[in-house]
Amino acid sequence: MTAMANVLEAKHINKHFRKPVDFHVLKDINFRVARGEFASIMGKSGCGKSTLLYILSTMDTDYEGELYLNDQLVSGLPHEALSKIRNQHIGFVFQFHYLLTEFTVLENVMLPARKLGRKSTEEIEHDAMQHLKTLNIEKLARKTASRISGGEKQRVAIARALINDPDILMGDEPTGNLDSYNAENVFQIFKGLKEEKGLSLLVVTHDQDFADRTDRIIIMEDGRVLP
Amino acid sequence: MTNWKVILSIAKTHLLSKMKSTVTASLGVTFGIGAYITLVSFMTGLNKMLDDLVLNQTPHIHLYNEIEPSKTQPISRLAEFEGAFNVVHSIKPKMSQQKIHNALPMMHYLNADPRVRGASPQLRAQIFYLSGSIELGGSLVGVDILEEARLYNMRDYIVQGSAEALKNTDNGILLGAGLAKKMSLDLGDRVQISTVDGTVTPLKIVGIYQSGIAEIDNVRSFSNLKTVQRIQGEAENYVTDINVKLYDIAQAVPMASALEKQFGIKATDIQEANAQFETGSNIRNIITYAVSITLLIVAGFGIYNILSMLIYEKMNDIAILKATGFSGKDVQYIFMSQALLIGLVGGLVGLIVGYILSRLIDKVPFETDALPTITTYPVNFNMGYYLIGITFAFISTFIAGYLPSKKAKKIDPVRIIRGN
Ligand SMILES: Nc1ncnc2c1ncn2[C@@H]1O[C@H](COP(=O)(O)OP(=O)(O)O)[C@@H](O)[C@H]1O
Ligand SMILES: [Mg+2]
Repeated sequence: MTAMANVLEAKHINKHFRKPVDFHVLKDINFRVARGEFASIMGKSGCGKSTLLYILSTMDTDYEGELYLNDQLVSGLPHEALSKIRNQHIGFVFQFHYLLTEFTVLENVMLPARKLGRKSTEEIEHDAMQHLKTLNIEKLARKTASRISGGEKQRVAIARALINDPDILMGDEPTGNLDSYNAENVFQIFKGLKEEKGLSLLVVTHDQDFADRTDRIIIMEDGRVLP
Repeated sequence: MTNWKVILSIAKTHLLSKMKSTVTASLGVTFGIGAYITLVSFMTGLNKMLDDLVLNQTPHIHLYNEIEPSKTQPISRLAEFEGAFNVVHSIKPKMSQQKIHNALPMMHYLNADPRVRGASPQLRAQIFYLSGSIELGGSLVGVDILEEARLYNMRDYIVQGSAEALKNTDNGILLGAGLAKKMSLDLGDRVQISTVDGTVTPLKIVGIYQSGIAEIDNVRSFSNLKTVQRIQGEAENYVTDINVKLYDIAQAVPMASALEKQFGIKATDIQEANAQFETGSNIRNIITYAVSITLLIVAGFGIYNILSMLIYEKMNDIAILKATGFSGKDVQYIFMSQALLIGLVGGLVGLIVGYILSRLIDKVPFETDALPTITTYPVNFNMGYYLIGITFAFISTFIAGYLPSKKAKKIDPVRIIRGN
């Protein structure tokens, strides 16, 4: 294995919630996600999956242990630097909280790229339309985000997560709120991204059928990753 | 690195989608700034008018002989009583003349000074105006009328007749407006005046003088210096007052005290003469700023409330922006921009509203006997106030937006995302 083989690596990650009482929620978490790997995380409700994902996505900095992204240590970096890393290297798809409701679908998808500021607005718009086409929702581009269905919103969120060509896409139960037809649709999109673009994915799911078809299932129990 | 284009476009979308709150907040600023511009233009216009009223007629330095008791009483000069404690009862003023000694060389000297715009002579005489059996006490001031016109805008106050008419008429008089009214006299009539020692002289009324200050117009008239010297039976160098107008009014204080020492004469400067006057101007200014700042503070609270509510409503947006790579600072700038955009739009509209109101006030007729040259309310259109106004708008919206935007900066996206 070369040094760049891992997109993400967690070493001895521990987290406590101190309020209302001290609660050791994550206990010595160690695992890696290889480049191009599609991994899923399963576990009972309340075992700490979301908490872990927030740490891995650099949004939560209140933990002990070390987190590496592309073999670079990101633990302890200042907030500004972490924002930049999220913007550039990490795509995130939530179960809820999809979009900025007052903006159009296209504007939503374009925002992270406009923040990055590497390309002209025209180029960004072109890229965003490409992603919308790939996800079969280019017709919605000019619609206000509050006026589309749940399944459509989730696809727009995926397009937004992909706009800056991230190294890894993370999802916290991205299909948990969708009917089986739309859930299957999202799974196929993820699978296609892995196979065609070599994207790495780490997705929390409750859906056994979904997890079975990923490369690897990470199982969590009471704040630990089972071997 | 801050990407202002995105930040401003997000701020704009937020504002446009909340049109009602945006308009309410902007109107608050418009109200404050509009009131400030209207008030300050009107108040300073009024101040300037009153200033002109006094300043135009007031010399920067006034030289004259004061009637006062001698500073050293004769007994103090006696060597025998040196160091003794002398008590003198009923001190009377020294018998001295009002005439300024060497007035003509003094005027030459002053007119040669580069700081001096002009020094003009006056002879103030106590006289009586005779009207039938009535004697009205008053004063007749002998002047070089063209110099008075040049230095003290005398022409503005000659409501009938002209300065030239006086210059060209040997026994002419510019009669005070109040006197003319009391004695029912008009241009072209003759008025009898009597000196203190009883000499009666008829003078031809070649003009009516109205300063706007009743106390003056009821007693004072003007004539040529020579005429008054002749009436008083004095020589051509008899002058009781010298009025000095400077190029720079700030020089008045130091120059007055220097002249006092140099010529051994009383010299009052304009600041001394108009001390109370300044207080009036200051109070009007304080009222203007107090009212405007109060309105802006009210507007500021409005903006603070609306932004706080907006941030509360936009928690999800803030969490998503942070999750997708916008930093806390970016988010703070988004909300600060909204506050400042409200300040900009509300402020600019406020300037326009203020300008229109000032224009309207400027058209309202305002006629009073006291102010012969004024026909409408005085309004001061000064670019400076518009700059101060827009600066005010920015400062108040900045302060109002700062705390809520600081809160938005600190919002933890994880807590919001977990909340659902
Ligand atoms: N802010 C918090 N303070 C205290 N306990 C929390 C907080 N957030 C989550 N927890 C607790 O941490 C545990 C793990 O939560 P979470 O990571 O959301 O679980 P999962 O996503 O696996 O369902 C749960 O027992 C939950 O009640
Ligand atoms: Mg969860």
